[in-house]
Order: sequence, then C-alpha cells, then structure tokens
Amino acid sequence: MNFSIVEHTCWRCGQTSEEQSEAASLFCKFCNSLQRPVVDYFAFFGFEKTLTIDTDELQRRYYMLSRQLHPDRYTRATETERNFSLEATSILNDGYRVLRDPVQRAEYILKESGFNIGEQRSKDVPPELLEEVFDLNMVLDELRNGDTDAIAQLEESRNRFAAMQNEIDADLHEKFLLHDAAPETERHEILSTIRSALNRRRYIRNLIQDVNKEFATREA
Amino acid sequence: MSTFQIDFSAVAKKRIVGIDLGTTNSLIAFMDLTGPAVIPTPEGSSLVPSVVSVTDDGSYVVGEKARQLLIDSPDRTVYSVKRLMGRGIADVQDELRLFPFHIAEGSENVIRLDLGGKLLTPPEISAQVLKQLKAQAEAYLGEDVAQTVITVPAYFNDAQRQATKDAGRIAGLEVLRLVNEPTAAALAYGLDKRNDGVVAVYDFGGGTFDISILRLNQGIFEVLSTNGDTHLGGDDIDNKLLRIALEDVENEWDEDVSNSGEAVQTLRRAVIDAKEKLSFFPEATIEFTWRGKLYQRLISRELFEGLIKDIVERTLQPCRSAMLDAGLKPEQIDEVVLVGGSTRIPLVRQAVETLFKAKPHTELNPDEVVALGAAVQAAILSGDVTDKLLLDVTPLSLGIETMGGVVSKLIHRNSTIPASATEVFTTSVDGQRNVLIHVVQGERELARDCRSLARFDLKDLQPVPAGMARVEVRFLIDANGILNVSARDMRSGKEQSVEVKPSYGLTDDQVEAMITESFERAEEDFAARQVREAQVEADTILLALDKARASDAWDALGETERTAIERARKNLQAVYHTGTHLQIRDAIEKLDGISRKLAENMMNTAVRAALKGSKIN
Repeated sequence: MNFSIVEHTCWRCGQTSEEQSEAASLFCKFCNSLQRPVVDYFAFFGFEKTLTIDTDELQRRYYMLSRQLHPDRYTRATETERNFSLEATSILNDGYRVLRDPVQRAEYILKESGFNIGEQRSKDVPPELLEEVFDLNMVLDELRNGDTDAIAQLEESRNRFAAMQNEIDADLHEKFLLHDAAPETERHEILSTIRSALNRRRYIRNLIQDVNKEFATREA
Repeated sequence: MSTFQIDFSAVAKKRIVGIDLGTTNSLIAFMDLTGPAVIPTPEGSSLVPSVVSVTDDGSYVVGEKARQLLIDSPDRTVYSVKRLMGRGIADVQDELRLFPFHIAEGSENVIRLDLGGKLLTPPEISAQVLKQLKAQAEAYLGEDVAQTVITVPAYFNDAQRQATKDAGRIAGLEVLRLVNEPTAAALAYGLDKRNDGVVAVYDFGGGTFDISILRLNQGIFEVLSTNGDTHLGGDDIDNKLLRIALEDVENEWDEDVSNSGEAVQTLRRAVIDAKEKLSFFPEATIEFTWRGKLYQRLISRELFEGLIKDIVERTLQPCRSAMLDAGLKPEQIDEVVLVGGSTRIPLVRQAVETLFKAKPHTELNPDEVVALGAAVQAAILSGDVTDKLLLDVTPLSLGIETMGGVVSKLIHRNSTIPASATEVFTTSVDGQRNVLIHVVQGERELARDCRSLARFDLKDLQPVPAGMARVEVRFLIDANGILNVSARDMRSGKEQSVEVKPSYGLTDDQVEAMITESFERAEEDFAARQVREAQVEADTILLALDKARASDAWDALGETERTAIERARKNLQAVYHTGTHLQIRDAIEKLDGISRKLAENMMNTAVRAALKGSKIN
C-alpha cells in the first residue's frame, strides 16, 4: 500500500484515531459520524494508484458507498454532515466516472503526477500522421464540392483511423501493465510515454469524429 | 444521526409528503402503513387541476372550482402555468400564441401574468396550487405539513428547477428534494423486486415529455440517461384539435368565435372531452353550444390518429437519443413503464411498443404514479424506507462561455448527481477587481445557442498584475439538479465572494420578498415553530442527560469529561429561552457530541446488566 498511517481527529466527538488509509476515515470510529471526505479518487475508493483496476469491484464499491454517503441518507442529519455528504457523494460520482474509463483514469493519474494534459497539444499534428491528415482534408474538400466518389475514400479513411485507435488502445494497455508493475522510481518515465500515446489517440479520435460529423450532415 | 439520540429519545419525526406539481393536474401523496397513497380532495378526487383564479376581492380560487372559472372569467384565470416556470419572455413566444396567458407589461426579465389586475410570477401562481395541496393534506392527516418532495420533469433545466423550488418556499413548504418525474414513477412501480434489469420510463404528460433509462441493482435505481422535451404534451394535442375546431366552427357558422375567451375555453373543454373518449371508443363527437347555437362534429379514431401522428413522432427521437447515450439497444431494455395521461392514447402505446419491442407496463394509474413515487422518495428521505436509493443524472451539459462565445463543457449531460467540476480563473488586466463567469446549460457549441443560467461575479479580488490572480471556482450540481457555485482565492486560501445574477427567474431577494409579502404572519409563526421544535428536542436530550447523571455511567466518567458536559448543558439552558432555533440546535449538537462517551457507557452498563439477568431502571 502506498498510504501512510494518518492521524485523524473527528470534527464532532474530538477523538483522534490512526487510520490505515485516508479512505478508512470516512466515518469516525468512535461516534460513527461522517467526516470531511478525501478528494483523491483512488484513496476514496480504497484502491491503489494503478492504471489498471478491477472495474467490477469498482462498481461494487460505488454502489456500497452510494448507500452510505448519498444526501438522501442525511436529510435529518446536522448541517455539517449534510454538507460532507454532498461533498463526498460528488467526489464519489466524479471519481466513478473517471476511474471506470481507462483513458480518463490515465489522464487523472497524469495530472496528479504533475503532467500537463491540456487540449492545446492535440492541435499539433503528430509528424507520422501529417500525410494522412493532408489526404483526409483533400477528400473532405472534394466531398463538399459535390464529388460523391469521395464517400468511399472517406469510409476507408475512417476504417484506417479506427484501426489505428485500436492499435493505440492495445499499446496503452501494455503500458498500463508495465507502469503498474514498475517501481515508483521508473513510473514517471512510463507515464511520459503514456501521455504521448494519449495525445496521439485524442488526435485520431478527433479525426474520426470529423468524418462522422461530415457523414451526419450529409444524411440530414 | 447520533447514537445518543437514537438510544435515548423518541423524537416524533415530522412527516414528509410527496407532490406531483403537474401541468394539468397536481397531486399530493404520503407513505401509509401499507405503501404510498394519494390524499383525496374533500370532494373525493385525487387530482387537483393546476388552475388558479383571482376573485374580485383579490383572493385565490384553486383547482376544480378554478377550472369552472376558466369559462366564466377567463381573464383572471390561468392554467398550464408550468409551461412558463423558469423561462424568459423570449422562450415562450410559441406558448403565447397558443395559450391565453395575459402577460403583464415589463416582463422582460421576469414574466408576470396579469390576473384581473393582480400581477403574479409563475412561481407565485404555482405556490397557490401547492398551498391548496398542503391544506388538503393537513386536513386529511390532522397534522402540520411543512416538508415535501416535489417532482419535476427530468428534462427541466436549472432555472425551471429553481422556479419550482421557489414556488415551494412561497407556499411555506420546505422542499427537501426535487425528484425527476420518470424516476419517481420507477420507484412507485416497485420494479426493484426484479432485482436486476434495465427499465425505460416513457412519461408523456400534459405539457412535458421525458424518457429515462434506469438500471436496477438490488434496490439502487441508477439512471443511465435521460432525454425529453419540456414543451411537448397533451396540451399540444388539445391546441391542434382546438385550432381545427375553431376553423370548422367558423366555416359552419360563418362567425369567428376565437376572440371570445369564454367561447374558446368552452370549445377547448369539448375538444378535450372528445380526445379522452377516443382513447376508449372508436369515435367521439365534439359538442359545442354557444349563444344558442350547436356545433357537432363526429371524429373517428383514425382521423384523430392522423392529426396527432407528428406529435407522437416527436417523442421517439428523444427515446432513441436516450438509448444511444445509455449505450443500449431496444432488445436490452427489459421493461417499459408508461406515465402521464397522454399515454392512455392507443397510438402512443403502439408507438412505444414498436420502438422498444416490449409490451409496456400500465398497471398503475398513469395520473397517480408520479405522486406515489414522490411519496416513496419522501419516505427514503425520512429514513422510513432504507432499502431503496435513487441515483439520478443531470439532463443537460453545464458549461462556461469562453473566448469567442464558445462553450467549454464542465459537467456532461447524464452525469450522476451530485456532480462537480473545478476551474481556475485569472485576470486579464492589471489590478482587475472582478471576474464575470457566464454559466450556460445545453449541448450546443456556442453559448448563444445554449440556455443562459446565470452570471457569477467574483468580486473584490486583490488587485494584482494581470494573470497573477488565481481563483478556483467549484461548480456543484446537487441532488436536486440545481447548480451551486463557490470560489476560493488560491493565493490566500480564503473564500471568494460570488454574486449570482440569474438570467431568468427570481433572485433570492425577490423570493424572500414574496414570502414576506404573502406570509408576513406565517413567517413569524414559522420562526416560532422552529424554535419550539428545537426546544422540544432540547427537552429530550436534557431529560436523557438527567437520567444518565443518576446512573453509574456518570460516575465512571473522568472529572474533565463531567465538567465539559456540565458546561455544554449550561450553554444549552442559556440559549433555550432566548436563542434562535439555530442557536438551540447548535447547543444541542455540542452537548450531544460531548456526552457521546456517557451514552456509550450507559449502553455498556445496560448490556452488562442484561447479561447478568438483572433488571436496570
């Protein structure tokens, strides 16, 4: 576990406890009242900070924690607990959304590890895709000028991009496993390769969306 | 809830009721010993027409009696006001052509209706319906009703939800939760008995259409997606038939009656009667008598279905979008539930069955099912029902306007609520003292195509060079689907003040003013009652403490603990007669927290005594 022992003092009864992890202190051991929630998604769900996680277990914990924390359960509680419940449930829901999706999960870890994952980077064309993008724009122009032959070409491009995305996804999965098995000192380097792969993926996904949008407007 | 209070007191829990504030009809329900039940009107009906009329002396008539007045005094009577809730004058132009709303002058920012010279906002009018329901429940149950759950269309935006909450406040009700109508219906159906599965709720009411897709998992109702149209309902069918009938009358009589409010309302009533009959018979007659003349028109169901086909069709696209967002195909949906009066129309049922490839549930009365669900949710909030939990979503994406009017999405549609997002804002000019954030709701890319919710003004920033300020703003959509914004100056760590300017609807001050205006006395009563309730709670804990002090457990405590408890007790006694309810509650909480160990000691003593087989007093 990468959680250290944390000292926690209850806001209500004032008793201090030592916790194995931050997540363990959602409720006071002594008076069972709800505590200010931790904001780290992994700690919140009681998971280690890894890029691969057991999503069935994630869902199970999500439902269990929802039952314990949801504002519906605190209507008659004190204002402090009502606020904690609202805060905790929003972290729970936000965290569940992020952790259940491999890409968002990776982006979250990147951000927490100090990487800048801003969208601007996705505007730069990855060099190895330059030719593809050039061809695609040409075909899109042809199509807009009424050349219906371009439709087949466009579909072909879309399939090629989809294949690329699948390739990246497989590669990402390998990198995720590598990261999780690596010692702390080597993780940063692996994360940096993951960030490049994610940027490339985002770029390709945008291309696919452009093509889909073009098809959608033609249908309408 | 603390163990101390559970162990030693039996504080009478206040009842929470459930209200379906509908476009056409409203209902109030509660949790009976055998399950949810609708509270009938004194006349024995479960439905209260959502119609409000103002009499000559300025008092209000609500419900069935007001519905009669639609014909006698149409100028001072209003129906379907839900269509105007939380909206600006620009969004209701279509409504104004079709409905006889009398919009008062100066309604640019907040719509006001003119009812016989009295100017009222939609929340104030809805509040009259709520007051009627409240009184009806109080008479039936023989007790005060102050807390409620109110249902809203799932596709209602933030402003519409806020307006509904305002209506509750004006009516003197504490709205503990706004629940989405289709989700409430799913609760009422008790579909969780099947434990796992996917359910679609198709809710076609008087003025709104919603579709929600839910996954059930051992008592958890998790909404996967929702979609809809807040301007599509049985009203639209009525208006279409009415338009045709008016033309038909003109052709037959060679007289245009559409300028007479009385004639239009009479004909509208006749059209609705025929529409309702057509759900059960192959044909029906529109009968309209006016100034001694009689108009009759026989309509076959076939003709009727031809007329409403496009309206029914308009409900199907939201259904497809909802399935797409949930990532589900029709075959993966296990059950379909029908809600709302308009689902009695055979063509609607047929369309639903074809789309979802499943025979829909119609066991429960489609008019009552939402109110029953609201009562179930009320029981969840009161703690009487513990095996069910609703996880609902926000129907529309929330974003902020950025450079060039482009929307940057912060919380996506169909995110489970409560949901939050955090953004850091900075200044662009040296010494800039405030930052204005424009928050919008919707799916379009440009802010002007989305619904403007509010402008948040971050005020009194420390004057620093451009780009140096760092204000972290947290956007939080609560369990009611309503946005809350808070801000923090990252340099000082201090809370940053935010002024909210709602784009539509009422400011907090305006609502407060309305409450004070119409409830000057009631307001005082309310404060007094809150104090009284806090005192009752204080009595309970003081009594329990007296008992505890006479027990062995008290002696087992250390000197410091005893002194601390004594101090907290004196503090409570000090605020008991002079404090506000908040001060009293605060003192109770302190005493409760500090005497926790004493409570545990008493429990242990009791357990030990029980094990020994001896009696304790």
